[in-house]
Amino acid sequence: MSIDRATAARVAKLARIKVDESSLDILADEFNQILGFIEQLNEVDVEGVEPMTSVSPQKLKRRMDKVSDGDQQERVLSNAPDAREGFFAVPKVVE
Amino acid sequence: MDGYNTWTIAEARDNLKAREITSEEITLSCISAIDGADALGAFVHKTPDEAVVQARSADLLLKQGDAPSLCGIPLGIKDLFACEGVPTQAASKILNGFKPEYESTVTKNLKNAGAVTLGKVNMDEFAMGSSNETSVYGNAVNPWKFLDKALTPGGSSGGSASAVAADLCLAAIGTDTGGSIRQPAAFTGIVGIKPTYGRCSRWGIVAFASSLDQAGPMCKSVRDAAIMLEAMCGFDQKDSTSSENPVPNFEAMLTGNIKNKIIGIPREYRLDGMSPQIESLWKDGADMLRSAGAEVVDISLPHTKYALPAYYVIAPAEASSNLARYDGVRFGRRANLNAGESITEMYERSRSEGFGNEVQRRVMIGTYVLSAGFYDAYYNRARKVRSLIKKDFEDVFAAGIDAILTPTTPSAAFELGKLETADPVEMYLNDVFTVTVNLAGLPGISVPAGLNSEGLPLGLQLIGRPWEEGDLMNIAHTLESATGFVEKPVKWW
Repeated sequence: MSIDRATAARVAKLARIKVDESSLDILADEFNQILGFIEQLNEVDVEGVEPMTSVSPQKLKRRMDKVSDGDQQERVLSNAPDAREGFFAVPKVVE
Repeated sequence: MDGYNTWTIAEARDNLKAREITSEEITLSCISAIDGADALGAFVHKTPDEAVVQARSADLLLKQGDAPSLCGIPLGIKDLFACEGVPTQAASKILNGFKPEYESTVTKNLKNAGAVTLGKVNMDEFAMGSSNETSVYGNAVNPWKFLDKALTPGGSSGGSASAVAADLCLAAIGTDTGGSIRQPAAFTGIVGIKPTYGRCSRWGIVAFASSLDQAGPMCKSVRDAAIMLEAMCGFDQKDSTSSENPVPNFEAMLTGNIKNKIIGIPREYRLDGMSPQIESLWKDGADMLRSAGAEVVDISLPHTKYALPAYYVIAPAEASSNLARYDGVRFGRRANLNAGESITEMYERSRSEGFGNEVQRRVMIGTYVLSAGFYDAYYNRARKVRSLIKKDFEDVFAAGIDAILTPTTPSAAFELGKLETADPVEMYLNDVFTVTVNLAGLPGISVPAGLNSEGLPLGLQLIGRPWEEGDLMNIAHTLESATGFVEKPVKWW
């Protein structure tokens, strides 16, 4: 399977990473090298094999559904690039 | 120089308990070694003032006589661990200025055990790399040298490895997703263990690939690794994959008795064109274990060849999900926006400016293999192959194998810059012997085993049964005593 410029651009868009037009060919080349390496997996007979979901056979623990933490607005916002009046601030999203 | 920084944890602990020395003296000795070692690029955020305060309280506890296991021991902390109020940026520009409001469970456990933290050490960006060359801080450098060449300390825990090998601290913590503790340990002549998946809480460790990531100690001896691992691990409510299995006294399990243990030598790890020096080191290691009373047998792990390709689907897939949180909104760096730029442009430019090339590449590969139409062909197939790789190990353990001996890396430390012209896959091959262990969730340890003809350290890896780190470290300890490796790099920095 070969990745072309258009696919590289689509993947970059899905990943929300801006890639310059001029870098798309290089990126597509790199994808193809990596995917070429991954293609080896097609040699393996996986008939009837379950995909791994958990590496150690343990059940996820349950806990009571109740508040155990909170009321730390200032600390939650302390690393925000832009916080105003107790909120995270972003460019306008609704006209 | 007083040289306390060259001590092992065990040496320092015994001297501290005997009141022969104070933690403050050992800590100051490390601080001065760190200040003289900027050329190594190992420590990237130094916290000497905090360290001295911690050392003084450790001394108080020691005086009272109820000191915990790591009381007064100065450590280096990989930049992947959140430490409250201390810059934590996973060696990435996108986390520039980030100071967590909370502490990772592993560092909290270490602090509760009395450890002194000297600061953050270098690594590959988001732990993605095998040479510590993808860091926003610049390269970490190996204290070992061949001729005048600057060598990589390995990666991603390159700063931890360099700091321990150069005696800037008594030990350090690293993390290992595909070999990031064991490969740098091998490249720098130190001991590094990745415990069983679930041993250490991942809470507060910047996530790379959550089903593979584990924290572990990087130390000057197997005994130190046993002492430190016990302090680091244990059940944590904040990580649903952390295990409730009891944590034994690992140090007490270092008996040196490995009689009747069965050690497997997997034939698939004998690569075409493998260096004869690594081959003979491997054989010597097997002979040493045999002389110590173990039985050594040939085994087969038939799906070994497919571990790296499976890893390079699963790890980027998980990374693409985990790294979605870096959006320039809640924390980290946001791109400077021009008037009229939308929120999508904010995401795209923040991520493109903030992530380095290797990170961008892996996020996008992960996005691709998870995207509609390719999910089954790539991601699901890789997870099936992962099941087969795990089964390979289960089969040999069921057949009575106690541990598996392999080389840690296919080569010794290489020159910095060597991979610049290589394609991405070439760097990935560094992890060919280590990555199987992460995919199967097993414990693996690298022990320094000798020097090559260029005078550079080489490591041997032992892989153990799940939750049997104590047994594994006992075998590693026996191997360590047999190799008698005591060499240190000649100081040039």
